[in-house]
Amino acid sequence: MADELLCVEDLHTEFWRGDGTVYAVNGASFSVAPGETLGIVGESGSGKSVSVLSIVGLVRGNGQVTGGTAKFMGKDLLKLRRRQLEDIRGRDIGMIFQDPMSSLNPTMRIGDQIMEGMLSHQYTNRKGAFNRTLQLLDEVGIPEGRARFRSYPHEFSGGMRQRAMIAMAVACEPQLLIADEPTTALDVTVQTQILVLLQELQQKQRMSIVLITHDFGVATNVCDRIIVMYAGKVMESASVAEFIARPAHPYTIGLKRSVIEVGTQAHQLKAVPGVATTLMAPPHNCPFADRCQFVTDRCRAEVPELRPLSEGHYVACHRAEEVLAEAGATAVEGATADVR
Amino acid sequence: MSDEPILKAEAVSKYFKVQGRTLRAVERVSFELGAGQTLGLVGESGSGKSTLGRVVLRLLEADEGKVVFQGQDLAKLSGRELRLRRRDMQIIFQDPLASLNPRMTVGAAIEDAMVVQKIGGSAAERRQRTRELLERVGLPVSAAEAYPFELSGGQQQRVGIARALSVGPKLVVCDEPISALDVSVQVQIIELLRELQKELGITYIFISHNLGVVQLLSDTVLVLYLGEVVERASAEGLFQRPAHPYTQALMRSVLKVPEAAEKRVPLVALPGEIPSPLSPPAGCPYHPRCPLAADRCRVEKPELRMVSDGHMAACHFAEEAAIGGVNGAAAFGASPELAASS
Repeated sequence: MADELLCVEDLHTEFWRGDGTVYAVNGASFSVAPGETLGIVGESGSGKSVSVLSIVGLVRGNGQVTGGTAKFMGKDLLKLRRRQLEDIRGRDIGMIFQDPMSSLNPTMRIGDQIMEGMLSHQYTNRKGAFNRTLQLLDEVGIPEGRARFRSYPHEFSGGMRQRAMIAMAVACEPQLLIADEPTTALDVTVQTQILVLLQELQQKQRMSIVLITHDFGVATNVCDRIIVMYAGKVMESASVAEFIARPAHPYTIGLKRSVIEVGTQAHQLKAVPGVATTLMAPPHNCPFADRCQFVTDRCRAEVPELRPLSEGHYVACHRAEEVLAEAGATAVEGATADVR
Repeated sequence: MSDEPILKAEAVSKYFKVQGRTLRAVERVSFELGAGQTLGLVGESGSGKSTLGRVVLRLLEADEGKVVFQGQDLAKLSGRELRLRRRDMQIIFQDPLASLNPRMTVGAAIEDAMVVQKIGGSAAERRQRTRELLERVGLPVSAAEAYPFELSGGQQQRVGIARALSVGPKLVVCDEPISALDVSVQVQIIELLRELQKELGITYIFISHNLGVVQLLSDTVLVLYLGEVVERASAEGLFQRPAHPYTQALMRSVLKVPEAAEKRVPLVALPGEIPSPLSPPAGCPYHPRCPLAADRCRVEKPELRMVSDGHMAACHFAEEAAIGGVNGAAAFGASPELAASS
């Protein structure tokens, strides 16, 4: 996998709380190829955001990366000094988050904020940064760039703020853009606008995107590959085609059945029982065992490792073959029922 | 549904004064809702759906029109009468944590609702009812001793539901009750709400920005844009034959998991954002974003009118739009100027 842009292996991150240690990421491995969009799907507490924040050195305070490697353009990000990482962050790796207001400086004009990153990374000089800012405002769909350059974040709508943050994130033409739930706080119509914008920028700048989302609809429509995380572990990893056609982890299948689309009928929905738990000890069994309808004694005794099921399709489930066979059977049953 | 409706809104309007100007948050909205039915309100932020939900409960006073609940004009009730009436009309919010007192245990919060309404009998009986309610909404009885922050988001929402149920309401307004929850938990809460409706015959007003969720739960749906109803139809009719270009755009915006990777289609976004309700566009409020907009739409405001049996839309071109359907050119991007600005 020498040609990967980013290759994360066996990542571990822990947080200390008053009542003990939270094992947020427990041996997550994944990689991103140049120009690819990788989706990381999971529910709150699955470790999807923490994994990515760990890689770029943004887990601090009571949290610590306790193991693993994260090779990016030949360097292990986890071994870099803070200054070296700051050089990469914002220049080679851009980031956007769910709440643009929390990443924008409320007292600084939008244009100055976009310029700031380019100047601090010595991407270009002042004149160049000013011109590129105007160009970026246009590219991200903020009209009347010259006037908007002088606006403050509070004068923007949520969608416009997200556009401004995207402009900041891509200003230095990063190789990798990390987008952590970038559309979750937005209206559905604006969500599509932002996703289209990300796709356009990706084409233009040939960057890779890691898109963190809880939304299957979003992930399956824009990603090339998808990984599903649960309790800090990667449960399944596959191309989007495999993912749609042959999800093999019971959790993935459960999540898929929870997707509410226009036209979904109540009887088609099936809730995954229970809720995700926070791990206060390293896992010694399958973390999904308590919620899983396929559970056996083995699942309660032995951690399933991520293993290949077919070319490019990995799954961390002792019974993936049986799960897959049964899911196939149900699908056929469903199809015949529809015919009737 | 031949019975007298439990709830009737007649040309309800709500205005706010903002910086000396009038913001028309809800304008001339009418509907009838039968007992045990669900009315869905859908629209983007700023469409007036939450304001309408609050006006219906008289948590906000209507500026025009009236709300009749069980044959009674709510505006005519005195403060005391209204308080009594509240046991029949409850609300569940998007953020359950914000609506629970952080210093009250879950049990106390639920009992308190009954105390305020002076129902539930003795303290011991109220505690017993609280235990039953907790179990009914899928929480362990021990949750009564917990503080809200100790619970997960889904559990907090279950508490919100238990508290609303504690006073035996006939009508519950659910304001984005699942938007803040994880997907697997969303389905759990939806199943719970449906079971409770079946068991207790509760009438719901279900508010969400997600058309898929609204359709799933509702009998009738109102689509709101800038405070006005732009389409009203049965959930099924709306899904099969959306007549307003805005409804179609909303439908397309709920991203479907493709049947197969090869069947993925390029995303097409509805251009623009909902305009400020302080300065709504002239003519049809939707015309600046609408691919079907013609000269007429820029000057003449379309009235809500019947386009097929029981199906109403406020669009001059509803018939053409309905033919185009969700995937037709009417929904998106047919006009090059709009495509360029997206």
